[in-house]
Amino acid sequence: MLELALGPVPFYWHQRDYETFYEHAADWPVERIYLGETVCGRRRDMKLDHWLGLARELRAQGKTVVLASQTLIEAGADLRALRRLCDNGELPVEANDMSAVQLLNEARLPFIGGAPLNLYNVEAIRLLAGSGMQRWHAPLELSRQALTALLTALREQGLALPCEVHAYGHLALAWSARCFTARRRGHAKDRCQFVCRDDPQGLPLFSQDGRRLFTLNGVQTLSAWPQDLRRELPVMAEMGISSARLVVANEPMADVVAAFDQVRRGQPDHRDPLALVDEARCDGYWHGAPGMDRH
Amino acid sequence: MNGSPELVCPAGNLPALKTAVDEGANAVYMGFKDITNARRFAGLNFTPERAREGIDYAHRQGCRVFCAINTYPQNDGWPLWTRAVDQAADLGVDALILADLGLLEYASRRHPDLPRHLSVQGSATSAEALHFYHRHFDIRRAVLPRVLSLDQVKQLAAASPVALEVFGFGSLCIMVEGRCYLSSYLTGESPNTHGACSPAAHVRWEEQDGGLSSRLNGVLIDRYGPGEQAGYPTLCKGRFRVDDELYHAIEEPTSLNTLELLPELQALGIAAVKIEGRQRSPAYVREVTRVWRQALDRLSRTPSTFQPDPAWQRALGNLSEGTTTTLGAYERRWK
Repeated sequence: MLELALGPVPFYWHQRDYETFYEHAADWPVERIYLGETVCGRRRDMKLDHWLGLARELRAQGKTVVLASQTLIEAGADLRALRRLCDNGELPVEANDMSAVQLLNEARLPFIGGAPLNLYNVEAIRLLAGSGMQRWHAPLELSRQALTALLTALREQGLALPCEVHAYGHLALAWSARCFTARRRGHAKDRCQFVCRDDPQGLPLFSQDGRRLFTLNGVQTLSAWPQDLRRELPVMAEMGISSARLVVANEPMADVVAAFDQVRRGQPDHRDPLALVDEARCDGYWHGAPGMDRH
Repeated sequence: MNGSPELVCPAGNLPALKTAVDEGANAVYMGFKDITNARRFAGLNFTPERAREGIDYAHRQGCRVFCAINTYPQNDGWPLWTRAVDQAADLGVDALILADLGLLEYASRRHPDLPRHLSVQGSATSAEALHFYHRHFDIRRAVLPRVLSLDQVKQLAAASPVALEVFGFGSLCIMVEGRCYLSSYLTGESPNTHGACSPAAHVRWEEQDGGLSSRLNGVLIDRYGPGEQAGYPTLCKGRFRVDDELYHAIEEPTSLNTLELLPELQALGIAAVKIEGRQRSPAYVREVTRVWRQALDRLSRTPSTFQPDPAWQRALGNLSEGTTTTLGAYERRWK
């Protein structure tokens, strides 16, 4: 059965909110949980020890737990934190930047290749598999068709590493040196006062004719709406995808997980049929179209 | 004392290449007429025949030619990219500019003696990342994304196993290159896979009430009042509404200009300064190359007292988006 994986929380929350969230997640039907701060090195109140503490509790509940690394590494402090993360001694790491790949490869530790590594072809995957990658997340913009071809080619070449797909949640579309949330609130990035915490679901950005376009999340730009591929789970299972990754967005996550769990078990989706054409979703990439489209 | 950084100029087509060579570029960078390079624009880039002519022209004047094959091949397109690498090698380019891990591996195996540079699309912002590329593919040089402050560039330069190239002038990409899917989210074509950001085929202009609107695949990017200068609808430089306020929520349409940082970049041992703009006209290339050649020559003669000439700054200002320039991420205030 297709595995469900809970992706790292992209937003900046209070420590107790992460704790409550994962306390609940321990009871959800997800097999795998990614923990950590992947967006901004200034969001520091969850220390590595806090994440490890949560990880131990989740493992005790039978979850596979992975620490996810920060995507954009800029300052020396980012690199030092990354080094500590890679040297944690307990948990596997998802490398979201080549800096992490290098550190993990050097330490001869196996790792998971995150979506920002841009693994689009067999040769790139072969290269990282040779450097210790044991699992990988497909680039967000790969269509079902392109991914099917890639997975087939990988199998033919004996490189059938488990593959994850972003099945629910905002798409992480860009990272910048600039913090768009701090900029919006009139703060310099270095003295941001952690204002992104005031928007625990990000800050919506609209076009001038009122169309919601992106979601600002500190230095990261997310899609306006969550991508939702729940109807595609049977296809994903057929394609040989190992896990569907779900990332916290605007719906209660317990409901999202429950719905995905239902579909992967072959039970019909009991939601209101209108909800199936919910405008506040996107799935374009999967269908080979612009990411913002709905099918 | 370090020599001044070398000047790497854009060659979107043969006239631009010749112009850059004539005006004193140390190297020019070009790409083929297909999706293997990250500046795919209609009417731009090189057929193998034109590339040969350009390379001969540059080499006769002691200028090197780099070939950018810096998009990410998907599986079904793989042969197109390897053919581009082989073709560039056959044509006698002086270096390949690559981003994809698979392609770096291919190039280092098939053409071990042809220098490899890591493209800005490779998103390497730390010494650790550079070590990875150096160790596996023996890259000679890396182009840094435009997201690091000068202090961060300094730290990186001190620890980097390879020579560094930084952007000096041109359109400012404010997202980490190689990891920006904003354009593909709107149009389905991404810089990574199709080599174009905000592709022209998706751009539409609309006149209404004396004003002008720009749309990208139907999405309103900006509206301009009567007489207001309209820019190309690069979506991160549009005006959007956040919290009911309308502004350039991501970035103003300005250009990067680091002329005044040259002494510091030189002191850090930066190997090369890159001028952005393969999509720009030969006239643009002439003016920018001329100014930067003069600046780098003055820097090499009088490094301790170097000051940019106000005339240079005016000339560059006139060539900039919105006729304004910024130091971008090099300057912490920008963030």
